[in-house]
Amino acid sequence: MIQISDVSHQISGLPILTDVTFTLPKGGITALIGPNGAGKSTLLSLMARLSKLQTGAISFDGADVSTTPTQALAKRLSILRQDNSVSARLTVEDLVGFGRYPHHKGRPNAEDLRLVQEALTAMALMPLRQRFLDELSGGQRQRAFVAMVLAQDTDYVLLDEPLNNLDMKHARQMMERLRDTAREQGKSFVIVIHDINFAAAYADRIVALKNGRLHAVGTPKDIVTRPMLKQVFDLDIIVENIRNLPVAIHQIAPFPERQEHP
Amino acid sequence: MPSDRFVQIALPQTGQAPLDRARARVLILGALSLVALGLFLTLGVPGGAWGFALPFRAGKLVALVLVAYAIATSTQLFHAATRNQILTPAIMGFDALYLMLQAGSVFFFGAMATQDLDPILKFSLEVIVMMVFSTGLFLWLFSAQARDLHLLVLVGIIFGTLFRSLSSFISRMIDPNDFVVVQGATFAQFNTVNIDLLWISLALCAFTLPALWALRHQFDVLALGRDMAINLGLPYRRVMMITFATVGLLVSVSTALVGPVTFFGLLVTHLAYRLLPGARFGPTWIAASLVAVISLVGGQAVFEHVLDFKGTLSVVIDLLGGLVFLTLLLKGAQR
Repeated sequence: MIQISDVSHQISGLPILTDVTFTLPKGGITALIGPNGAGKSTLLSLMARLSKLQTGAISFDGADVSTTPTQALAKRLSILRQDNSVSARLTVEDLVGFGRYPHHKGRPNAEDLRLVQEALTAMALMPLRQRFLDELSGGQRQRAFVAMVLAQDTDYVLLDEPLNNLDMKHARQMMERLRDTAREQGKSFVIVIHDINFAAAYADRIVALKNGRLHAVGTPKDIVTRPMLKQVFDLDIIVENIRNLPVAIHQIAPFPERQEHP
Repeated sequence: MPSDRFVQIALPQTGQAPLDRARARVLILGALSLVALGLFLTLGVPGGAWGFALPFRAGKLVALVLVAYAIATSTQLFHAATRNQILTPAIMGFDALYLMLQAGSVFFFGAMATQDLDPILKFSLEVIVMMVFSTGLFLWLFSAQARDLHLLVLVGIIFGTLFRSLSSFISRMIDPNDFVVVQGATFAQFNTVNIDLLWISLALCAFTLPALWALRHQFDVLALGRDMAINLGLPYRRVMMITFATVGLLVSVSTALVGPVTFFGLLVTHLAYRLLPGARFGPTWIAASLVAVISLVGGQAVFEHVLDFKGTLSVVIDLLGGLVFLTLLLKGAQR
């Protein structure tokens, strides 16, 4: 269970997050949505202790992120941020292998190697595993970074826009893989996602942030509705029900209303 | 599933071949270093002078090996902590900072006082100041989020120029008689190694070697950058502080023994990166140190005992290293 209570955060005097409080049950996929600048990435880095908490508290299964030793937290939760670059010359396999570092501290055993192979297979990277990271496309590199946090094998995985740079095929594959992992191994994923339809199709619950405040928490059916999206994104979006899934058609303005208000 | 079969076939050989090649290359470098050490001790010794030449050259040899180790190690540590492979402590003018300390202490306390001080005590104080200063400056510069590499290069070169100008400014302010004392430190070179500080330098290096070796996996994680290092549970700030303090210590050792050598660290670390592509900190560190020993000891043996040129090795090394620096900058600009 993830408990976030009264978290507020300011960066050079500007409020980024204000009094954010919510609880997420263990297991499943939670999508974090909201317009640019809503505080999604800040919340994620506070949860993963990448930024220091200013006020409030965050805990994972009772382990407080500001007091639990960082080595212990690394076995419990992992994070992948948005813009990842590695300056060292690393192969895909070496990078994914670093995901096991919290467990083996530099001396991998057979179990570590097995989990690395598993993560490489899950992200369809086996044919690329000997390639250097700077020889990969953006999408391939993104998959390598996700494979690294999967190899870390933590109960909680925080991903900031993991679908960045991915084509349709790999985006769908990645979401399917995350959903399967969540179901089979009881892991919890918190994912910042911009494509609302991916959130609707794969998330068990959606958390909507707006202007640094918690706006709504609910199932995809609760959140992906025309009035709710209008509130969160200040944008009128048609939502159709296709095969029992809400599908937002956000690319185009609702046709009749464009006629009414030219 | 076809992908599963691929896993089965591929598993046994994973990563083995590059590892063996890396080991072979490190062994060759080791052998070449031994040759260089042998040549340095024996080349051109006139018959009958062995009793004098061997101990004399041995002292100098130890100093050169220490300098090679100190420069290679400090440069590679700096690269790991700052996640760039272009800037080095020497390019950032850290050796100039050490010289500034020399000039500054003469300026404030007078040449007599600094000369009366036990050289080992004085050196220890300077090392401590350097460690504190490098930790403070580098943590301030590099702890924030990843910065643009071009900005860092610019900041680095400005710092280098600042330290060098301050050092020469203080030298101009002091009494000409005192200046001679400062000059003694500034003009240490590969030919005129500062033997007084040999033993304490040896002790300091012997202390860092096992400590850094024990931390080598942590340096690999450090090189992934702040966010990933914290994600993987590395005590990031502590490792950064250890790294920068060690850089300060090693720069003091090499500058005290032979004076500033701007591009040597860049040259040897990049040779090591090329020889062992994708290797971890540990093997690359050994390779860089061995390359440094080969080029410094071997080069000095050839220049001093065969060609009878004095003081030209540092010029050659800085020329080659400078070319590497330029190439890297131009390549970085293309990306």
